[in-house]
Amino acid sequence: MEALSLPAALSLVAGGGAGLSPELRAALGASLPLLQRDYRFERVWFWGCIQGVRGAYYIAQGLGPDRAAPRSRLYSLNCLDWSLLTAATEEMLALAEEVKGRFQGDPSFEYSLAEINPEAAARLVQSGKEEARLIATIEQIDRAVGIVPRGAFVKTPLGSVHENRHFEGLSLVEAKKLSSYFHFTEPTNLKNKTLLEKADLDPSTDFLNSLEHDIPQGSWSIQLEKGGSVVVLRSLLWLGLTFYHVPMTKQFGYVYFGTGEKNLDLPFML
Amino acid sequence: MDPSPEPDPSHEPHSAYPEGAYPEGAYPEGAYPEDAYEGGHGPYQPHEPGYGLDQPGYSPYEDEIPDAQARMLAIKNAKAYLLTTSTKSGLNLYDHLATILTKILDEQPANTVDIIETISQDVKWAQFRKKMDTLRDEHLIPPTFEAAEKCKALFIKEAGEEEPEELDEEMGEPALPNVMETAFYFEQAGIGLSKDECYYIFLAFKNLISVQPIQTCRFWGKILGLEMNYIIAEVQLREGEEEEEEREEEEEETVAEEEKEMGEGEEEVEQKEKEPEPPKSTYKPPPEIPKEANGTGTNKYVYFVCNEPGKPWVKLPPVTPAQIVCARQIKKFFTGRLDAPIVSFPPFPGNEANYLRAQIARISAGTHVSPTGFYQFPEDEEEEEGGDTYEENPEFEPPPVAEMVESLAMWAHHVKGILKQGRCVWINPAQKSEEDEEEGEEEEEEEEEERQEETGQPLLTLISEDEGNLRTSTSAGVTNTIQKATLLRCPRRQRQNFPLSQESLRQQTPLWKRSWLSRLRRKKP
Repeated sequence: MEALSLPAALSLVAGGGAGLSPELRAALGASLPLLQRDYRFERVWFWGCIQGVRGAYYIAQGLGPDRAAPRSRLYSLNCLDWSLLTAATEEMLALAEEVKGRFQGDPSFEYSLAEINPEAAARLVQSGKEEARLIATIEQIDRAVGIVPRGAFVKTPLGSVHENRHFEGLSLVEAKKLSSYFHFTEPTNLKNKTLLEKADLDPSTDFLNSLEHDIPQGSWSIQLEKGGSVVVLRSLLWLGLTFYHVPMTKQFGYVYFGTGEKNLDLPFML
Repeated sequence: MDPSPEPDPSHEPHSAYPEGAYPEGAYPEGAYPEDAYEGGHGPYQPHEPGYGLDQPGYSPYEDEIPDAQARMLAIKNAKAYLLTTSTKSGLNLYDHLATILTKILDEQPANTVDIIETISQDVKWAQFRKKMDTLRDEHLIPPTFEAAEKCKALFIKEAGEEEPEELDEEMGEPALPNVMETAFYFEQAGIGLSKDECYYIFLAFKNLISVQPIQTCRFWGKILGLEMNYIIAEVQLREGEEEEEEREEEEEETVAEEEKEMGEGEEEVEQKEKEPEPPKSTYKPPPEIPKEANGTGTNKYVYFVCNEPGKPWVKLPPVTPAQIVCARQIKKFFTGRLDAPIVSFPPFPGNEANYLRAQIARISAGTHVSPTGFYQFPEDEEEEEGGDTYEENPEFEPPPVAEMVESLAMWAHHVKGILKQGRCVWINPAQKSEEDEEEGEEEEEEEEEERQEETGQPLLTLISEDEGNLRTSTSAGVTNTIQKATLLRCPRRQRQNFPLSQESLRQQTPLWKRSWLSRLRRKKP
């Protein structure tokens, strides 16, 4: 969610019980603008919080002029001092697949891979540090369930992605449909659409995957809160990711408050 | 050609052209194209620039229609062309361009030439929106405004009942929970609903209390569902009311049993007539473990749920041990409808209301804690292992915050844990079955040896003595690392209204239960 609209956005997401204490909110309000100044970001998003057993990680993302470019991610343990995270590599993603269980809360904690899976330990060169797992988890969550409403971003002919200044918000009818929301990552199955479907698309706004083809079906829960004045989508695959949008306005955003574990039991729970 | 430099007043400059071909002042004196020759510019040679420009069709002014009337006609034709209505959209270009220019001149955006296409698109969309809004308005009004009306109704009822409330407060402890105060404390810990929602819940509790005969009431928490959510109130009904309800339930059960016996009697008569009969199965399912009485064990409290504040409260049925045992084995999302079936393996005996009640019982038993020493056993009764009652300790001294955070021994459970059987107090199912059937006593005696009496930890055990998962995933933390001095002694008054057991306000962001997670988080100093 946008750092500037953080207080209002947190109150809209609070229906799920997740929130920040006043101390942290105040700290974020002070430290996020400083991040923007120091790293020369155009936009700073508060991504959310991963709760470990002994501590929690607070994550922020910074975006440059091209919103679809790889984002810089920073983490903090107290919302005041931020450390930059490196980009995710394939090895880190493989590591995150192997390790199960809660995060510990200490970025230098080493997972003993030899116990978990000796074969994987032999393949992986990097040691299983919690920081690597954190990077990989954030990347996975963003790829899988980071969503934006349709029409909020436009793609210019040069390939860069910008916010659509003429985005007025989804209407109430559109907001209830899964097809009005897109994954904000590289699209994978746009080319599989039939010609008829492609004819209805607008290439400047429909350049991303929509949610309606997510597997398994029903992995998103859409609710209208406050009598329809806020649309809240919650992911069931990564429990804790909440997306909100106020129809007919420009306000939208997503935030993650959770333990950082994928819900592998999802097909059984539906 | 006469090289006469003096202009002849009677000289008509355009003898080659009809009078009035050029309006007055169209060309300055001496600049008419045909004067070029008279002025000494001879016919242009092919290699000279301007060659051929004097021929009709090549002059730079050729697109200007010379004849005024013809020009006006051409303008009218052009305007008529611009005004032609498009066959597809019913718009015409003339109006469209006029609207665009009006909009641009009104708004004066920066870099207009770069965004002119978008402006054009917006103007077109605005046309369509106007037409469809009149149709859509009727559809959009109901959901948002209905909900707002319900919320307003919550406020209105409050105004009508002010007077009787004042009398009730003098009688005894106020039954209404102070939701806003607890919400404030949870907000310090980073958990909680928004203030608006908390206030609506507070008003909904007022309604509940006015409708049901309630002795004590507490906001238990909120559980998220796929389509709708549940808001849960933990309630103790007044004693007279509970007995009445128990009698009603027993009557229903005996009626059902009688019907079953009638049905069985008829079947037996039919079976004796047929011969030969296939061998009957000797399998007897294990006897059903009876549920605990209302007011004890897992059914100590009665729970009311509603989907949203403003909607009517529904009472959840008491929980049976079979439901708890099955709920331990399955993991399902709640849909938000109490009558939804639970499709699972092993099959859950009940619908979503029963599953919800079972999960509430498991969560309460596993996670409701309070500071050690806050509650004590009443001194009158002997300390039995099955002691279910506790009372507040009037001599409780709150320990310093640092100690409470460091050691888990400062916290104790005040809800009885649920045994493997599904009850808080173990019951030997063989006793009841002996009363019902006289056959098969030998088989049951053998089974008795296998079923050992299960004992759980007595009430008020420290959570540092929890085993396994319960211990490693419980953590404690402080909410405010800065003002350590003021948090050393928690004021006594606040403890009375709000024992820290309420930190198990079950805001479930994971949509299934984690029974071993305490909700205070730790921040590293």
